[in-house]
This record gives sequence, structure tokens and C-alpha cells, in this order.
Amino acid sequence: MSLALEAGCEARPVLRERGQREVFCGLTGIVWMHRKIRDAFFLVVGSRTCAHLLQSAAGVMIFAEPRFATAILEERDLAGLADAQEELDRTVARLLERRPDIRLLFLVGSCPSEVIKLDLAKAAQRLDARFPGVRVLNYSGSGIETTFTQGEDACLAALVPELPPGDAAQLLIVGALAEVVEDQWRRLFAAMGVRDLAFLPARRAGEMPAIGAGTRFLLAQPFLAETARLLESRGARHVPALFPLGAEGSTDFLRAGAQAMGVGEARFRAATALAEARAKAALEGARARLEGRRVFFFPDSQLEVPMARFLARECGMEPVEIGTPYLHRAHLARELPLLPASALLSEGQDVERQLDRCLSARPDLVVCGLGLANPLERQGITTKWSIELVFTPVQGHDQAADLAGLYARPFARRERLRV
Amino acid sequence: MQLTLWTYEGPPHVGAMRIATGMEGLHYVLHAPQGDTYADLLFTMIERRDRRPPVTYTTFQARDLGGDTAELFKRALRDAAERFRPEAVIVGASCTAELIQDDPGGLAESSGLDIPVVPLELPSYSKKENWGAAETFYQLLRRFAAKGEARPATCNILGPTALGFRHRDDVTEITRLLGRLGVTVNLVAPMGARPADLARIGDAAFNVVLYPEIAGQAAAFLQRRLGQPFTRSIPIGVGGTRDFIAEVAALAGVDPAPLLAEEGSRLPWYSRSVDSTYLTGKRVFVFGDATHAVAAARVAREEMGFEVVGLGSYSREQAREVREAAKALGLEALITDDYLAVEQAIAEAQPELVLGTQMERHTAKRLGIPCAVISAPVHVQDFPARYSPQMGFEGANVLFDTWVHPLMMGLEEHLIGMFREDSEFTDTAPSHLGHAAPVPRAAEPATPPAPASLALSWSAEAEAELKKIPFFVRGKARRNTESFARERGLSTITVETLYDAKAHFSR
Ligand code: SF4
Repeated sequence: MSLALEAGCEARPVLRERGQREVFCGLTGIVWMHRKIRDAFFLVVGSRTCAHLLQSAAGVMIFAEPRFATAILEERDLAGLADAQEELDRTVARLLERRPDIRLLFLVGSCPSEVIKLDLAKAAQRLDARFPGVRVLNYSGSGIETTFTQGEDACLAALVPELPPGDAAQLLIVGALAEVVEDQWRRLFAAMGVRDLAFLPARRAGEMPAIGAGTRFLLAQPFLAETARLLESRGARHVPALFPLGAEGSTDFLRAGAQAMGVGEARFRAATALAEARAKAALEGARARLEGRRVFFFPDSQLEVPMARFLARECGMEPVEIGTPYLHRAHLARELPLLPASALLSEGQDVERQLDRCLSARPDLVVCGLGLANPLERQGITTKWSIELVFTPVQGHDQAADLAGLYARPFARRERLRV
Repeated sequence: MQLTLWTYEGPPHVGAMRIATGMEGLHYVLHAPQGDTYADLLFTMIERRDRRPPVTYTTFQARDLGGDTAELFKRALRDAAERFRPEAVIVGASCTAELIQDDPGGLAESSGLDIPVVPLELPSYSKKENWGAAETFYQLLRRFAAKGEARPATCNILGPTALGFRHRDDVTEITRLLGRLGVTVNLVAPMGARPADLARIGDAAFNVVLYPEIAGQAAAFLQRRLGQPFTRSIPIGVGGTRDFIAEVAALAGVDPAPLLAEEGSRLPWYSRSVDSTYLTGKRVFVFGDATHAVAAARVAREEMGFEVVGLGSYSREQAREVREAAKALGLEALITDDYLAVEQAIAEAQPELVLGTQMERHTAKRLGIPCAVISAPVHVQDFPARYSPQMGFEGANVLFDTWVHPLMMGLEEHLIGMFREDSEFTDTAPSHLGHAAPVPRAAEPATPPAPASLALSWSAEAEAELKKIPFFVRGKARRNTESFARERGLSTITVETLYDAKAHFSR
């Protein structure tokens, strides 16, 4: 609909669009956050639509009993607000009775709860007092306020005020990561002599790190704007770095962390050289498949910019358009200058116009959501579902080749098929 | 407020999407926030559609709320009409838009589009997906259905939609069946129909309703408006199909005898074949939408020789039919959309086979019980590449195969019984029960079904003896022994009690 070309911080034009967006809302983050914090439960206060979204996004992952649920608002809840608060208390009581293992409960707001102004902060406070042994927090994952991965940001932001104070020097890595990645980084930093390393979120509610003036933090994900802001307000300092995708990104990320903790370059190289060399060697195979191919990103996770940087610089791909739901200039400050000048950067979305641009550009690979993938494949365009990039461990040196492999696999499949 | 982990049905606007996506030339403009676009993937991923559903979402955001979301809607409507050039548009609100009360219907009317606009009122906080589909189809017919030349022996097939459980193949099968009866199909709707086609729905003498959840309301309306009668019998199973043939023949004024005289399906012979003896009295638990659950219960009992030990549905709108069917089986129908309540009912009934939805498939897997899927909600597996209807004679063949497949073959069961003393035999030997052996807890639910059983204890020898019984009948043996002991007021179960009970139940 509206459309404007504007100069970016690197004097790079950014196409801003407003129209139909084709992205998940922040509730989707629950699908990975509930697996990350193992004694947390996520209770969405929303509609049948919200419950259906979670179920559809979780796809085949049907657990014995998932650690998330939806308190579906019904007609009588909408009649009066006092009523809805009481209903919520009853629902939470029933839930906690059924699941005594829950230590941390997130009340997650949705569009309907926001629109009727159901005060979940108040509800969380009240319930927290009522159920000792269970910390009750709240955040919003609503589609009118958050896009896909912003749900993780909102969740972590809700945790920040909870973190105990502590001024000791430490390096904090922020963003939900696969445990295998955390363990690799623990080993690498230990080899550099950095022992005061913590992760947010921790694997359990009772193990969340303390923060304070001695905390230097690295963002492992590009979508953590609010979390970063709150960490800074508690005295922690952000360590700017590339995001840890690919060998280059991982090295820069780790080096920034090492420098912040006073590790000298020689010691840093000694600890990481092997991992970096291994990553570079492992990337060769995928690079052969990806080199020279043109890639088009539909906006989805905010990972698009660092992904495009990785594909362009380490896999030889040519980004045609890099669409992102939101461009956080400060956090992407190191990334943006590394993007090839020829790539169009777009923020926001008008999916119809973007599809027009995509079809006329005829890229070799389109990175997009599940709603668009098969229709594009039918038109002969190879696609990569972006959601897999969020669910799969891709950060760090030892995952660099896996990440490239995710992009290479659609080509490998096409080459194989003879039907 | 309803605590929900998994849902059987989506919101009502997803039902409207199923109608719009099933049809051609119809576009849906939905006032909804961005996250609601997830619904596209149901169609493009689960059903593997090669086109996006014909839906435009306004994707309003918080910052629009104070301003003009109504203007946003009008613009989205105009843009969609221009870009997609549909024959007609349906407009409506999702749960969030319902709360901001922009009245998409009114806005659309004042927008001056030169194509028909059908407004939908789908209350998101009280209704669900199937209701939304039924209401949408009904509203479309109210707008477009017109009186026609009702030709004799001509019908419409009503009910199939996008994302329907085997709708694609059912339509093919039933069209063929009708053809062999000498009945012409005037129109299939919603699937494949254009808004303009709906205007000639009156050219048929009667309507065939395949899925009452979706087309029941529409058929009742067409009967009132156009005087078209409609079919009540559901052609699932051999008996159901034969009833359907008789009903259609009466409505069409044709002779059903030749078709009824044919063998039709292999199911009757396969069921009578001696290798099927082991199916006798297998305890089955049935759950699904009302139409499929009721039909499956009949097939299970009359055509497979099973014993139906539980029958239920999540279709509240059709609860009456399910209750009646359950009553006829001496059961109390389970009407619920809480999958945990269904899980509990299954655990208590300890069936040997579950006929359910994808939800029950997971429950059954956890409990170590074989399961076949008979109803929506759909999963990518419910869109097989092969021809696989549920309806008609071929549908009956499909039912026989898919229900028997998860059961251990009778002979196999017998052999395991014979050889269970051998050292090679373990409870974890691979079987048709699944690719992985069921977890031991699952074969014997850890939670005792009835509180009364808490008072009963098993002696160590009796417990050991019980373990010698193959795991797939162990649950039944335990349950029978316990009820036997309870009836006799025993508090401890000994080896003797076990064999007394065995003798009692095999009488
Ligand atoms: S966009 Fe809003 S209404 Fe839709 S699923 Fe997300 S939170 Fe729920």
C-alpha cells in the first residue's frame, strides 16, 4: 500500500511497506521457549484462533502434555472484566493443580486480551502471591504488537526485572540457543580462561543469572531489542558484534565477548582457531552448491540480515531482496555494511507487491514462511521454509555447515528428482 | 474461560476459509491481525495446495487501533477486488476484529464494489470451525441460490470443502455410485463451485448431503426455499452405502435393485473369511466428528464384529445424533472438545482399538493401543497420494484395511500366545502395534482407572502370573480380574482369583 524509499544508516535505501503481512505473531515463540526453560509453563490468554495458531505452528510436535496451553476467552468472559480476572484465577488454579512441577508461569497476552484491556500484569501479581513456589510473570505475544520472534524478546524482557542483582564481572549471552551451542561456547570460553559465562534464559527458572554493572552481554539473536534495553537499564553493557551465524559471524561474536572479558588476541586465536578452520572447511561442500545463486528473503524472523550476510560472504550467494519485519539499526550496525550493495533491503511487508517483485526477479531460492512455500514451488521457484532456521541449532562454528546445508538441501533435492 | 491444550476445531473464520478455498472465483477479505495468516499454512502445507488460499487479511496493528482500522479494511477490500478480480467476495472479522466492531459487512456495502459482497457474522467466542463453514455456505446459498428447472434424477452433492477429511476422494466415489444408479450430478458444492454455479443449484431434484456438519444447514434452507429434499443416510460402510442407495433411488425415482444386487465391496467377504475370526468382540473406542463417529460405530459393530465400548464426538451441534447412536449401543455418549477428557475415557475403557482423530492417535500411541484415524481434524497424512475414500463401496474396503492394519494379525497373536514361554519371546518384540514397542507403562496405565480398584491389591504371585499373559491382552485380563474380585468383595487378588476370573469370563 504505502511505499517509500528512505536512506538507511549506511545511506543504503530501505523499502518500507505497509500492506498485508504474512508472518506469525509473537505467540509462536512459545513453541521453542517452552522447550528451553524446562520448568516453565506458558498460558496464553486468548481466543480459539490463538490456540489453533500454536497447534499449527507446533505442527507434528505433539507432546504427552505440552507445557503450554490457551485459556480461551468465551462470550461470558467478554461481558465484564472483573469476571475474566476471576475466571483466570480459576483456570490457573486448575492448571497448577494438574501440573505441580511448574515453577515459572507466564501469562501470555494476545490480541483479544489486549483489545479488551485485560490486565495480565495485575493478574500475574495476584497469582504470584497466591501460589508460593510458582513465579508468575506476564508478557504479550499479540499479533497487533509482536511479530514471530519478538515473542521471545517479550518473554526474556519479562524475565529481566526478575534477575537477582550482582555486580561481579561476567559475560552474558542473551537469546534462546540450543544446548549443544551453549556447551560448545562454554568450552571455548573456558579455554580462553573465561569462567564467568552465563546464558539468558537459563534452562531452569531457578538458575537465571544475576546481573549488574559488571555484566557485559552479547546478543545471540537480532530480535532482542526490548530485552537489551532492559538489561542496559540494570547496568549491564551491550557488546556489539556480528551475530554468530557462519564462521565469520561466530568468530566476530566470540572475539567481541573475549575482548569484553579482557582476553588477549593470542589467547582468543589459540582457543578458537581450530573451530574456525573446521567451520570454513565444512562450508566448502555447501558453498559449491550455493555459489552464484540468487536468494530472496521474505520477512519473517528478523534473522534475515545476518543470514543474508552469511550467504553472501561465506557461500557466494547473491541476495536480491532482504525483507525483514523490523530493522533494528543499532543492533545490526555491524551487519549492514557487510551486505552487498546490490541487495534491496525492505522492512515491513505488502505480501502481494513483494510476490510480484519476487516473481519478476525469478531468484534461485526464496526464503519464506510456510504459507508461501508450496505456491512458489508450484511456480518453479525453489524455497526454504524460514521457520526451520529458527528451530534448528544454527549458531556457532560447528553449526555453520549445518546452516549452509539448510539452504543447500532444496537444491540437492531438486537435482535428485527425476519426476 | 476454557483451558485448552489442543483443539479439535479452529475458529469459525477458518471454516469460512475452507469454503472460500474449496470454491473458485470467490475471495475472502478478513479483518484480522498478522498472526492470523498462519491459517494459510493449513491449506498450503497440510493439504499441499499449490495456491495460496483466496484470502486477504487486513493485518491491522496496535498503532492502527486508535486510528482508522475501518479505512484499512476498505482499502484491503478494494485492493483485493482489483488484484484478484473475483466473482464475489465474502467479508468478515476474526476474533480480534470482532472486538473492535468495525462492521466489515457495512463497510463493504458502502465501498461501492461492482461485485456481490456477502457479509459473514461468525461469532468467534462461541462458535467453531465447522459451524463457521456451515454458516458461510448457507449465507452464500441465501445470496445466490435460485429456482431452476428441477430435472428428474438429478442431484447436487453438498458439503465437501478444502481441508476436509477425504472429501476429494469421497466426491469421486459418490459421483461414480450415483452415475451407476442413473442419477446425474448437477453441481458439487462448495468444492469446485463458482459463485455463479450456485445460482443453478435449483436445476437438481434433490440434494445429497455428504457432511451434515457443513451442509446440513444449507440443505434445510434449500428444502425450504426451493423445495429440494435431501438425503439423511451417510454412505459410510456397506450398510450405510446400501441405505444411501435405497434413499437416493427413492428420491430419484430409479430402481436400486441392480446396484444392490451387486457384491459392491470386498468387506463382507473379508469379514466372513476365517482369518477375521480374531476380530470378534475386539473392544473399540470411537471418537470423531458426529458423522464419522456414528458411522464408524455402526461399521465397527455390524461389519467388523467389534464391540463398541465408547462413542463420542466433539461436534456439539450434532450431539443429539451421537447420543442416540450411543444409546442404541447401550453407551453414554462422550460429547466434549477437551482432548484430556477423551484420553481419560479411553484409558478407562481400555479398548483394543481406537478409531479417532489425530488427537486420539497420539493418545493411543501413549497408551500402547492400536489406532486408526477416521475423522478430522486433518493432518498431512490424511491426504494420501492414493485414492482413498471413506464413502461408498470402495470406502468400505478402505475402512476394512485401515482398521485391521494396526491390529496384530490373528494368527500372529495366536503364535505369540503359543510361544510366549520361549526365551526369544519378549514383550518388546516388534509387532503391528507400532514400529516401536509400546512403553510398558502404556500397556498398563499407571493411573488405575476406577478409584475402587485402589482398595484391591495383587499378590506378588498373581502379579507375576499376570505378566505371563501377552501384553496386548494384559490390560483386559487385569480389568476383568479386578471387576470379578470387586463383585465378590475380595481385597487381595491371588493366582486363584486370576484363574477363577478367567474361567468366569470365558464362560
Ligand atoms: S494474531 Fe492475535 S489473535 Fe491471532 S493468534 Fe496471534 S495473538 Fe491470537
